[in-house]
Amino acid sequence: MNRMKVDEEEYWHSSKCKAFTFDDDDELSQLKESKRAVNSLRDIVDDDDDLEKFSWSGEPVGRRNKLGSFQSLSDALSDTGVKSYAPELRRPKAEYKDYTSDWSPKDTVRRMQRGKICSLERFRSLREKLMLLDEAVAVHDGNVITAILIFLKRTLKREILFQELEVRQVALRHLIHFLKETGEQKLLLDLLLSQYREHLSIQDAEKRREFLKGCIRLPFSSEDAVHVQDHYTLLERQIIIEANDRHLEAAGQSEIFRKYPRKASILNMPLVTTLFYSCFYHYTEAEGTFSSPINLKKTFKIPDKQYVLTALAARAKLRAWHDVDALFTTKNWLGYTKKRAPIGFHRVVEILQRNSAPVQVLQEYVRLVEDVETRLNLAMKYKCHDVVIDTYRDLKDRHQLMAYRCKVERGSAEEDKIDSILSNL
Amino acid sequence: MAAHLSSGRVNLTALREAGRRELREFLDKCAGSKAIVWDEYLTGPFGLIAQYSLLKEHEVEKMFTLKAGRLPPADVKNIIFFVRPRLELMDIIAENVLSEDRVRSPLRDFHILFVPRRSLLCEQRLKDQGVLGSFIHREQYSMDLIPFDGDLLSMESESAFKECYLENDQTSLYHAAKGLMTLQALYGTIPQIFGKGDCARHVANMMIRMKREFPGGQNSIFPVFDTLLLLDRNVDLLSPLATQLTYEGLIDEIYGIQNTYVKLPPEKFAPKKQGEGGKDLPTEPKKLQLNSAEELYAEIRDKNFNAVGSVLSKKAKIISAAFEERHHAKTVGEIKQFVSQLPHMQAARSSLANHTSIAELIKDITTSEDFFDNLTVEQEFMSGIDTDKVNNYTEDCIAQKHPLIKILRLVCLQSVCNSGLKQKVLDHYKREILQTYGYEHILTLNNLEKAGLLKLQTSSRNNYPTIRKTMRLWMDDVNEQNPNDISYVYSGYAPLSVRLAQLLARPGWRSIEEVLKMLPGPHFEERQQLPTGLQKKRQQGENRVTLVFFLGGVTYAEIAALRFLSQMEDGGTEYVIATTKLINGTNWIKSLMEKLEPPPF
Repeated sequence: MNRMKVDEEEYWHSSKCKAFTFDDDDELSQLKESKRAVNSLRDIVDDDDDLEKFSWSGEPVGRRNKLGSFQSLSDALSDTGVKSYAPELRRPKAEYKDYTSDWSPKDTVRRMQRGKICSLERFRSLREKLMLLDEAVAVHDGNVITAILIFLKRTLKREILFQELEVRQVALRHLIHFLKETGEQKLLLDLLLSQYREHLSIQDAEKRREFLKGCIRLPFSSEDAVHVQDHYTLLERQIIIEANDRHLEAAGQSEIFRKYPRKASILNMPLVTTLFYSCFYHYTEAEGTFSSPINLKKTFKIPDKQYVLTALAARAKLRAWHDVDALFTTKNWLGYTKKRAPIGFHRVVEILQRNSAPVQVLQEYVRLVEDVETRLNLAMKYKCHDVVIDTYRDLKDRHQLMAYRCKVERGSAEEDKIDSILSNL
Repeated sequence: MAAHLSSGRVNLTALREAGRRELREFLDKCAGSKAIVWDEYLTGPFGLIAQYSLLKEHEVEKMFTLKAGRLPPADVKNIIFFVRPRLELMDIIAENVLSEDRVRSPLRDFHILFVPRRSLLCEQRLKDQGVLGSFIHREQYSMDLIPFDGDLLSMESESAFKECYLENDQTSLYHAAKGLMTLQALYGTIPQIFGKGDCARHVANMMIRMKREFPGGQNSIFPVFDTLLLLDRNVDLLSPLATQLTYEGLIDEIYGIQNTYVKLPPEKFAPKKQGEGGKDLPTEPKKLQLNSAEELYAEIRDKNFNAVGSVLSKKAKIISAAFEERHHAKTVGEIKQFVSQLPHMQAARSSLANHTSIAELIKDITTSEDFFDNLTVEQEFMSGIDTDKVNNYTEDCIAQKHPLIKILRLVCLQSVCNSGLKQKVLDHYKREILQTYGYEHILTLNNLEKAGLLKLQTSSRNNYPTIRKTMRLWMDDVNEQNPNDISYVYSGYAPLSVRLAQLLARPGWRSIEEVLKMLPGPHFEERQQLPTGLQKKRQQGENRVTLVFFLGGVTYAEIAALRFLSQMEDGGTEYVIATTKLINGTNWIKSLMEKLEPPPF
């Protein structure tokens, strides 16, 4: 269809309309009659395209008059705008469907660009709706894109719309902006998350990282934005660490990798798992390297508790008792050392025990458990005789000491110790 | 075979029979020998309506599960697909049918049975694939409410809660309304409808509209149900989150009951033979059906687990005494009588053996330190202790990387018991969860927020204590052995949903107007007119029958609580329970989680 025809058609519509005045009361019945006439005419002339366009009817004309010749963008923006056309209320769509002009998506977009009003509701199928959107994006007209997005938002299932927007980034940005401006927070969050969700379907780590980088720019709430940013940073780190360590492992020169070959790649692991990995393989590294635990702790603001727990588990697994010791040793300004555990020493004991630490190591920490009852329970459970005996001694509990004497081995050092305490108490 | 369905106050065999009849009619339409190709999800629910023997009587000779590629060979005249209306399944069917033609096997007729509804979209897909014409019969089988037990119906619609509350898709409510219409066609119009919640309101509206539009006019069946109570799951988000402590509830929490079947670790069920042949321990899980057809199970299922042991030991004594009888049998007549009782005794003994083994399995878990700690925290929350700060135990569980679902259950429970969490607390939990389990769980957290399970405390006011006190949701002196209140099912917490049902029966909801307003959604009452001839004249002492429909799922503990109310001597009301799905906290939270690819290790 060329522009000539378009104008011609408008001429027809407008002129016919003025020439014909309906009696108000009878408008409906007359329209019905005219429709019958047109329909029967069509049967004779066969389905001719031109005929349809020029077909005489009050219908489309009536709609134009109602709307005025120009629909402003603000009209188009309001959700109800298009719905409140009078003829639609009066009778089912099917009745006037035959007469509406048959603009293609391309023509429709052109017309909208020129400020002419077009009914978008004729576009029923998903394919047509997407063609409209793609057309609008192709002509770079923000107003038209937004108007069409509003139409799609109203007529498409949310999931489908979001899914289609994933491959139409320009349109996506327009919709995000629109939702932000109109304050539709819930829908906006859904849209943003559905974008973010997409990363799960990207297998390649590098591409996934790129994608997440794009997500950072999405207008998430400040709390969510932190998480998305962290997710990106973490994957970025993991990619660096992975490449480095794979190389190290393959070279076979690093002792730790030879002794404990990696079970899987670190890519896409949670942060705490990554921290564990780094405490396991990169514990002694300087803070400056990306793979050092301290660096991870600082970058992601990992709480002390979480850090100590993870480092403890990793070092205990390697049976690096010296590191474990260092983890809880603090020096004050006078140079005295003191043992301190932000997680409580009973937890330390549990973790060490799970990693089958020897009794000598274990009892050192059992001794540090503050609560007497817990300390006794743990000491007995893990057979740290010394701690039990010392605790009873401090409690001056003769009775319990005598009872415990039966539990230690005959003639052992522990028995001697109990005897010597008992004789002094 | 289905005797347990008729044991209750309402004979549900009629419903099952109606379902079977519909199935038989369809099968007979496809004359000749048949093979059924099953959408695997449907086999469980179908098994509750018809066994293989029924299908066999109607010339079903083979059964396959629906799989891509070529159909297995079968010398039958008809191939019938039993499927849910899902597009991805249509593609598989099309593939089956197309590869079939290529083989040029003897002519076979194809049919398709959609459960629960035909869908235009699916048929269009078959058409697009060019196979629609291959199907002679395309019908629907509306399996809306499936009888699970004498007093229990379920739609087994897995995602009903998610669809209603996250996706705004209310199709399952339509099916619920349709199921209720079928029920009314069989058991008479239910004169009174009560409801609480938005979904409840929708279902009631649909029922009233369907009744108006039903061309058949008046139903002339004497009404069996006096009252229908529709309850939204989101009115009571708390109950499914708490650990159920009834026998059946714990079996479901630990092993998961599916369509009345449970799979258990086989070790405890090894046949004990002399000679101690410990070599061939069974490796297949032991599969058991659990319903009230089993006398012993019916007796213990709803008891608090702490009361189960004593019943089992009492039963053991009775059975061994009965077996001892044989030594006293002297005359031929006595021996004959003993022998005639043997089958029953044998069954009782094997039932006892099974449940003793299950109870042992459960006891191993309930006596573990972690189970105890977890329960302690739950009970603290429910009784209103320390709900407004970060919980140590929850934090420890995160640090030790306990299963994420367990963490989410705890955090959501805390949120519900505090009418939302303070910003600081919520942020703390969120950060710990995301750092430990992966940032992608931000999607799951968002779903939980949308469902209202996890939220920010908006007003400074916490409504939960008021609700708890008014409705007596927390009982300190709970009697687990001989309960006198429904709170025994959670050892202290009385499920809110069931309390609502209880208060409705006596003294009526008017007494709790204020609290009802604090709970989400409208509460309402509707009446359906009955012709004078059908109006009930209640006999002295005759109990009322109430159907409680849980929209969005119900737990076994809640069911136990309703059964307890039915059995109360001066209760005056008996309950039949219907639901969209039988749930527990774990599978419920799981249904709301974002489907993520499984981690590599």
